[in-house]
Amino acid sequence: MSNATEAVSSSGGAQKVSRINEVVIRIAGNSQDGIQAIGGFLARLAGRSEQEVMTFMTIPSTISGGPSIFQVRVGSGEVLTAGDDADVLLCFYQHSYEGHINSLKKKGIVLYDSDHVVPKEEWLSDYHHVGIPISSLTVEAIGGTAKDKGKNIYSLGLIARMFDLNVPKLEKLLGERFGGKDVSILNNALAAFHAGYANSPSNVVETFQITDSQKKDGHQVVMNGNEAIGYGLIAAGVRFGAGYPITPWTDIMELLRRELPKYGGSFIQCEDEIASVSMALGASYAGRVAVTGSSGPGISLKTEAIGWAVMAEMPLIVINVQRGGPSTGMPTNIEQSDLNIAINGGHGDAPRVVLAPANVEDCFYMAIEAVNIARKYNTPVFFLTDQGIATRIEAFTEPNLEKVCQDISPDLTPVASHKPYDLAAKDGVTPHVKPGTRILDGKYPIATGLEHDEYGHPSGSPKVHMLQNAKRRKKLQALGATLPLPKIYGPSEGNILLVGWGSTEGPIREAVDRFRAAGDSVSAIHLRHVNPLPNGLENIFSGFNHVFVVEMNDEGLYGIGQLGTILRARYADAKIQGINKTDGLTWKVKEIVELVKAKAGK
Amino acid sequence: MTTLEASAKTLSLTKFMAGDFKSDLKPIWCPGCGDFGVVTAITRALANIGRAPHEIAFVSGIGCSSRIPGYTTAYGFNTVHGRSLPIAQGIKLANPELLVLVASGDGDGFSIGGGHVAHAVRRNIDITYIVMDNQIYGLTKGQLSPTSSRGRKTVTSSFGSIEDPVNPLLYVMGYGASYVAQGTPADMTGLAKIIEEGIRFPGFAFINVQSPCVTYGMEDQQLKAHKTNMQSLESIGHDPSDRAKATELAREYGTKLYTGVLYRNPNPPSTYGQGVIERHDALKKSAVPRHEILNRFKPSN
Repeated sequence: MSNATEAVSSSGGAQKVSRINEVVIRIAGNSQDGIQAIGGFLARLAGRSEQEVMTFMTIPSTISGGPSIFQVRVGSGEVLTAGDDADVLLCFYQHSYEGHINSLKKKGIVLYDSDHVVPKEEWLSDYHHVGIPISSLTVEAIGGTAKDKGKNIYSLGLIARMFDLNVPKLEKLLGERFGGKDVSILNNALAAFHAGYANSPSNVVETFQITDSQKKDGHQVVMNGNEAIGYGLIAAGVRFGAGYPITPWTDIMELLRRELPKYGGSFIQCEDEIASVSMALGASYAGRVAVTGSSGPGISLKTEAIGWAVMAEMPLIVINVQRGGPSTGMPTNIEQSDLNIAINGGHGDAPRVVLAPANVEDCFYMAIEAVNIARKYNTPVFFLTDQGIATRIEAFTEPNLEKVCQDISPDLTPVASHKPYDLAAKDGVTPHVKPGTRILDGKYPIATGLEHDEYGHPSGSPKVHMLQNAKRRKKLQALGATLPLPKIYGPSEGNILLVGWGSTEGPIREAVDRFRAAGDSVSAIHLRHVNPLPNGLENIFSGFNHVFVVEMNDEGLYGIGQLGTILRARYADAKIQGINKTDGLTWKVKEIVELVKAKAGK
Repeated sequence: MTTLEASAKTLSLTKFMAGDFKSDLKPIWCPGCGDFGVVTAITRALANIGRAPHEIAFVSGIGCSSRIPGYTTAYGFNTVHGRSLPIAQGIKLANPELLVLVASGDGDGFSIGGGHVAHAVRRNIDITYIVMDNQIYGLTKGQLSPTSSRGRKTVTSSFGSIEDPVNPLLYVMGYGASYVAQGTPADMTGLAKIIEEGIRFPGFAFINVQSPCVTYGMEDQQLKAHKTNMQSLESIGHDPSDRAKATELAREYGTKLYTGVLYRNPNPPSTYGQGVIERHDALKKSAVPRHEILNRFKPSN
């Protein structure tokens, strides 16, 4: 919390009211306590109040139960990350209290359920302890056996009071969430909320008001990365998909299975990963740019068919919500260790496109970009996200949907003749003529995984193989030439350049801000197109003494991580080095700062 | 009338001959291979069906049999080993107007791709699945296949196989297939007939073709032996609507060579495609205009 000035509380309380620019709240409990729901309400409220918001959560990979946290950062200025340290810690159990007190700033507020938590003597002076018997007060408010279901909403009421949040808007959000067939569910939720809101703990000395943001033009939308991808694909005109359940990709599959049939589309849950990529390829061949997706081992299973898509030159969108690997690995952890398989997975020379959105807004727009690249270049496009971006809730300016929505229904207008693998095609880019299209010269092509001549007829000629390899390569090089160079965050010359990709843009930029505030010469670029890379990165690198590639993957045998290795190979520049970790959590700003200092000091 | 509709109209008046569905490519098959007969039977069936080549998607996996799309005139799709079924289902769902044929072999269909068969059967998408069953891996030069008999000696079973074979007929019957037939190029008329009937059947249709491998096949699996041994189901008075009897006869795979329609569900169940259409009709009203798709994420005040 920062910039405290006094104001008058709209709730009419007698306590001191401070105006703040931002706050970080961490909620810790077990996964069945509905703490993600509280965090989600806070994030959505912030979005609806035109404030910036970002969230971070961890979930255990168990069906029910297990420690879980949700962290939300709300602010009126630019919010880049979910925050390193919390201003407020709400904890339901002793283990949540003891496990997360370290993430609270000194003098921060620890709001604990005194039915379950006994404060520790040695922490009393460092943190402002506020104990409330949340469990028993929830029972008192809504009665009976509902305490585990209601204490999250009771706590939301407490937080609403403490931060002077907009009650009518929260009531409306509760109505949207719980308003259903059974009116008693909503009534219980509202009763719990108001009981929490009415509780004014005697030792809370101060409440807060988050200042309104000034910079926003137009409305905001608030969603998580998975939702942004799902609706981005719908806006892009995707109407067919196939998948298999695996964490954390499943959320996107569930969304598309629910939404696509409304728009005349289908999303099939297949018998396995291979069937799902194959079915999507069949649909793409038939004229729909289809989507499949997975995480972890599921991606490995799909690689043969993706190689086929490269060979047969078929459009396809492959969403990879990365998780910790190899093998079953760490299913609910955040990791960026699938860059290598995305770019190179499978046998043979099989160039394909790899995109990596940097934030939730990017997930929406890059999903559309992915579809258009796949259609234009007839290539599979990997879309790399991770748990960090998949479940992170952000607010962004509402897209101009009239402008971005497109219809990509297949065009079956007869053509005179067609060579799907025409070697004379400019930049190696050939159109895909869909089955159902009459070809007037009567020569119908074959789409095949065998090396082939220009009609797709199998060919064992080494010369044809070399020419077709070149065709598949050249079209991606042509795409690379159209890609914009990433904007440099900070001055274009200096001591250190940080290079990131994917979900880590926020913490990297915040680290740059901290360095620059301390007078250090640090800038950053963020790569959203990772294969092909945009041309001209060497001109950016030349402005810096050090280029540190910040990634959430292992440093690897040669100590430079996955993207680091690619950049080192392409630019043969020893100043390119890696900053890597695989602890399963998104980067904390202070971690980046410390590792950069250590690396630069060497 | 669009150009396409105009051309479709012209085409609907066109009568197709089997030769219209053959391509100029010369097959790589060994002289005398059973698959020559299968491609002929398929083109004859297609001529009777009367759909134009551009309205047909012919999908295959990998193996001798899977070269077939190259030897026909249609939209050919030579895919990944074992994956022809899911790919074909994707094509049919994305464009239900297409006639979708799938060619496979015993290895492609019942070994590496065996896991997809059960799901294709239960999903019941309107495609026709033709398996050229020669009880051997021919393209890779004579290894044991999932339908090779127990005791069979091959380059990968030098001392004789100690595994029982898959029974393709019983397999699909077990999962509830609604159209199951078996043929051999030794009876071209009968083969073309069951393929045509399979294509016309509304739903997933399975046709097992005993297609001899002249290079690695056994003596008793060749066309000459088929001519002697084959027994038409019609001639033994089998009623194809009798599921219990069909299942009983399917058990004799490997010992008897029955030809014709083993099972035809007299009340074909609804297909997946019909389910999709019903779902679309039911949900159409809950679709929002494109400029409102993100309204649920917007301030509602």
